Amino acid sequence: MERTIALREEQVIEDLLPRKFGKTGQLWVGVLSCICLVGLYAYYRQLRYGLGVTAMRDYVSWGLYISNFVFFVAISLVGSLITAILRLANVKWSTPLTRIAEMIAIAAIMFAALIIIVDMGRPERLLNVFAHGRIQSPIIWDVVVITTYFFISCLLLYLPLLPDIKILIDHQRTATRPFQRLYRFLGSFWKGNTGQVAISDRAINILCITIIPVAFGIHTVTSWLFATTFRPGWDSTNFGAYFISGAFLAGSGAVVVAMYVVRKAYGMDHYITDDHFDKMGKIVVLLALVYLYFNISEYLLPAFKMKEGEDAHLRELFSGDWALRFWATIFISMLLPMVILLFPKGRRPLPMFLVGIMVVIGAWFKRYIIVVPSMLHPFLPMHDVPLSYKSYFPSWEEWAIACGSLAGGMLVITLLIRIFPIVPIHETIEEMKAN
Amino acid sequence: MSELTNGSQSRRAFLSGAALAAVSAAAASCNHLKDPFSTQAAALDVTPTGEKVKLLSVDGEVIEVDRAFLKPVPHLPSVTNAEARVGIPGKKFVMVIDLARCKNLKRCQAACDHMHHIQDGQNWIKVQKMQESAHTAPYWQPTTCMHCDEPPCVKVCPVDATFKRQDGIVLIDSDRCIGCRFCMAACPYSTRVFNWNEPVLPKEIAKQPYCAETSVPQKKGTVGKCDFCPDMTRRGELPHCVSACPNGVFFFGDLNEDSVTNGAETFRFSDLMRDKAGYRLMEDLGTRPSVYYLPPVNRNFPIEAGEENDKG
Ligand code: SF4
Ligand code: SF4
Repeated sequence: MERTIALREEQVIEDLLPRKFGKTGQLWVGVLSCICLVGLYAYYRQLRYGLGVTAMRDYVSWGLYISNFVFFVAISLVGSLITAILRLANVKWSTPLTRIAEMIAIAAIMFAALIIIVDMGRPERLLNVFAHGRIQSPIIWDVVVITTYFFISCLLLYLPLLPDIKILIDHQRTATRPFQRLYRFLGSFWKGNTGQVAISDRAINILCITIIPVAFGIHTVTSWLFATTFRPGWDSTNFGAYFISGAFLAGSGAVVVAMYVVRKAYGMDHYITDDHFDKMGKIVVLLALVYLYFNISEYLLPAFKMKEGEDAHLRELFSGDWALRFWATIFISMLLPMVILLFPKGRRPLPMFLVGIMVVIGAWFKRYIIVVPSMLHPFLPMHDVPLSYKSYFPSWEEWAIACGSLAGGMLVITLLIRIFPIVPIHETIEEMKAN
Repeated sequence: MSELTNGSQSRRAFLSGAALAAVSAAAASCNHLKDPFSTQAAALDVTPTGEKVKLLSVDGEVIEVDRAFLKPVPHLPSVTNAEARVGIPGKKFVMVIDLARCKNLKRCQAACDHMHHIQDGQNWIKVQKMQESAHTAPYWQPTTCMHCDEPPCVKVCPVDATFKRQDGIVLIDSDRCIGCRFCMAACPYSTRVFNWNEPVLPKEIAKQPYCAETSVPQKKGTVGKCDFCPDMTRRGELPHCVSACPNGVFFFGDLNEDSVTNGAETFRFSDLMRDKAGYRLMEDLGTRPSVYYLPPVNRNFPIEAGEENDKG
């Protein structure tokens, strides 16, 4: 008996240790890096010639970058959902998903911060935010809460990693690996004795509790960037809740996609099982319903009253130039997933993967639809301005930078997967023993 | 001196030039090669050209100086940044725009664009064609920054780059602005413009240090907007749009003195508001603008009169 457990332990470790990229992996990293490089070149052009290289002008003064920012913040929220909420609710099945959720969260929050800097007209004055920051500005709230969230997420990735790092250091297959120095730097102090485990468990519990209000804070504050203005379409008291429900949906979509890819790429069918997909599917349905509810209250109520100001904005969304995008988004990111996922067959890995992609893409477009049309409908008419000021379609530089940031996020996730075990080894073994 | 700029700047330059010239002239009489009063006396090896220029000295005497001793005076902002942030004590500036008089001539806009070196395609004053509803008469409505008393733009600025002074004027410190454009999203009157590219400016202007009171020079990656011309007000003169409008549409004045003027006529502000039913734009938003409008009543010209100037 002892022997079989030891053998199975060996097997688990073998299965879960980080592995070198295969051909596909290398190609994937190569393509992502190329996209990032193009993005960097576009950013260089923007630094040199000014924000004029974008298609933004005086009316649509926030565009693709800000929608991308909101998207990243939304995605990042999933870390807290999977790690903290499910953990505190004592849901055991989510263990193999926690790490990947944290990795997604960290990558997303990093690029959320970066894309905001990209959006600044004067990035070299970033320090002014600290030197002259004024607490009544929602931007400062965002800076505070994003930084906090980033650090908590890092710790939530790091602390549960410690036992695994010990395994990585000790195991002969990884002992000669190039990341060995990094492992030693991060975790050589970890002995795994009861004292250390007690401290770490306590710390993780505290972090799980603190990250929930911070996570709600981060997306609420992001929604308040909009809701503190008077603009039609943003001037809503519901915006915080609306954004958070959307964020949970988007983030779980991202986790589903990542689950599928990792499982395929590393053949982890035993660890990320069909059952996981099934359960995630149920969560996604629930979140889609909640988000749909908020969408209805967000658009139906103003549409019922049709106040002046809202009028032009809503007509444009429902039946005007934006109608196709608007309805497609609602359909792709909420209605269709719900229908698919209601059937047990729809919650199998492949359909789930497709649903995940739909949800993520829908979420991205949704952010764009929240940001841009509102700016196109100011209170006073657009007047005395060149034609290019009256519409907005991102320039190639904006696309390149936005795609670069998305690729960068995925690259960070990929690298983290390469360096650290994607499914927690230690916890898996513990659970195995417990059974 | 004649090729120097016009207006106040030339006056200041003229006076300091005269003082300098007077000093130089005195120097020239005792040592016609060196200027002993200059701090850079050693470096300043001036050979008189023999060409004399007539100048007005500080005590009002006309004096003659050799051209070689004339030095251009570097531009100095009218006030320091700290002073510009405080404002003019005891004042509360207001503007009144009489919609019944506006023919969309756009002289206000031209003067403003010219004096503030605003970039092509952008305007700080926009004359909008307004129509309340389908069956009511259209009219021209000039809009400037409203210099709100509860300015949403100031509330949201993360670095205090746009600020409200005690005299009610909202200004921008281009040296501090990080270009986040939150203020543009927050301003319900859409009055702010952004310098998307490096502004195209005459060399001398671009070289000047930024002055919040003149809003000159505009800088790449920062916002700009109507500033009520506090540099003019400080000298007791009217903003450029007010003096440029031939129809006397714009009135400017001090709420504490309860008077506004368009240069030709002066009114008691409170009487004007009461008698002509003054109002402000989007009162329901609670921004409490400092720009008041008089309704477009009794217009003795049709709206079409301004249509040819309308750039849409
Ligand atoms: S009109 Fe706009 S820019 Fe001017 S003070 Fe009010 S909110 Fe600020
Ligand atoms: S663009 Fe400049 S002035 Fe406007 S909110 Fe940002 S920092 Fe303040």
